[in-house]
Amino acid sequence: MEKVENTQVRALLEDDSDGSNTQKLAEGFTSNFKYLVTGLLFGIVFVKAEIVSWFRIQEMFRFDSFHMYGVIGSAVLVGLVSVQLIKRFNLKTISGEEVVIPDKTFSKGQIYGGLLFGFGWAITGACPGPLFAQIGAGYLAVIVTLLSAIAGTWTYGLLRPKLPH
Amino acid sequence: MDVIEVLREPWPWYVAGPLIGLTVPALLLLGNKSFGISSSLRHICAAVIPANISFFKYDWKKGIWNLFFVAGITIGGFIASFYLANPDKIVIADATQQTLSGYGLTSFSGLMPMEIFGTSSILSLKGLIFLVFGGFLVGFGTRYAGGCTSGHAITGLATLQWPSLVATVSFFIGGLVCTHLLLPFLFTLVL
Repeated sequence: MEKVENTQVRALLEDDSDGSNTQKLAEGFTSNFKYLVTGLLFGIVFVKAEIVSWFRIQEMFRFDSFHMYGVIGSAVLVGLVSVQLIKRFNLKTISGEEVVIPDKTFSKGQIYGGLLFGFGWAITGACPGPLFAQIGAGYLAVIVTLLSAIAGTWTYGLLRPKLPH
Repeated sequence: MDVIEVLREPWPWYVAGPLIGLTVPALLLLGNKSFGISSSLRHICAAVIPANISFFKYDWKKGIWNLFFVAGITIGGFIASFYLANPDKIVIADATQQTLSGYGLTSFSGLMPMEIFGTSSILSLKGLIFLVFGGFLVGFGTRYAGGCTSGHAITGLATLQWPSLVATVSFFIGGLVCTHLLLPFLFTLVL
């Protein structure tokens, strides 16, 4: 039984290391609330810095403002330094585990899928995260966008064996 | 100015960017989670409509943290908009506003143009293009690419993974081509 589960987890990590969970210790329902709180703070930043604004995304793709480049650039830089510090000082998670960051493997999907997502990003003014923040911010029509994004993900799962990777 | 008044102002990039960057180590240290949001869409598929598709046959409960995270984002969006709302209109770059006005856009007051993203658009061609078609591309494209802006552009680049650089460059090329070649045409259809 455990072997089956391990294979499944490995399969999940292998074809998709995005948003992965490499913690060994099982977490109860309530311990997930810390991720809700992290998401909540993150959602506030999203709206207050107007990253979820369709207009800011337009500015970015028209090279009319530095804002989004500044946000993404400084986020990457701070993330990079933090991860280096975690590695250098061998910091452990709060439950005492080694920090594991799965490697991403290259596939042509990063190009084809990336281009398609780029089109969607410019049209909706949102990536998946901002979709949730826009809905919370009261733009209820975005619920349709989110449902359609879920349908898009589902369609990818359906067509996956036939798509070039 | 009290604290709340300062918080109500739009936050500059040098405050927001580092806070977003800190999400990467925060999630790693809280429980070995890699920051990446688009996988929440996959977990929803796996939990609700797996339909015997092998891509959705995995232990999605292992990814339930991601669903808590996006629920948090939704609540955060609500708090920021209803309790910390900017009292002034959004300031959009002049050049962008002029170009968009040229395409026939008239509402520039909120985070999104209401003439396209208002609920009245849902059952119209606007909704079909900007909500349904756009949303589909976001969901299909991010999963095909194996991640979105958070998983690739932020986590991937911050952990020096070259496939994520390929993905990020592709996101931008797609966005640029769409903004400059496709959007002008789409605007003529709906505005």
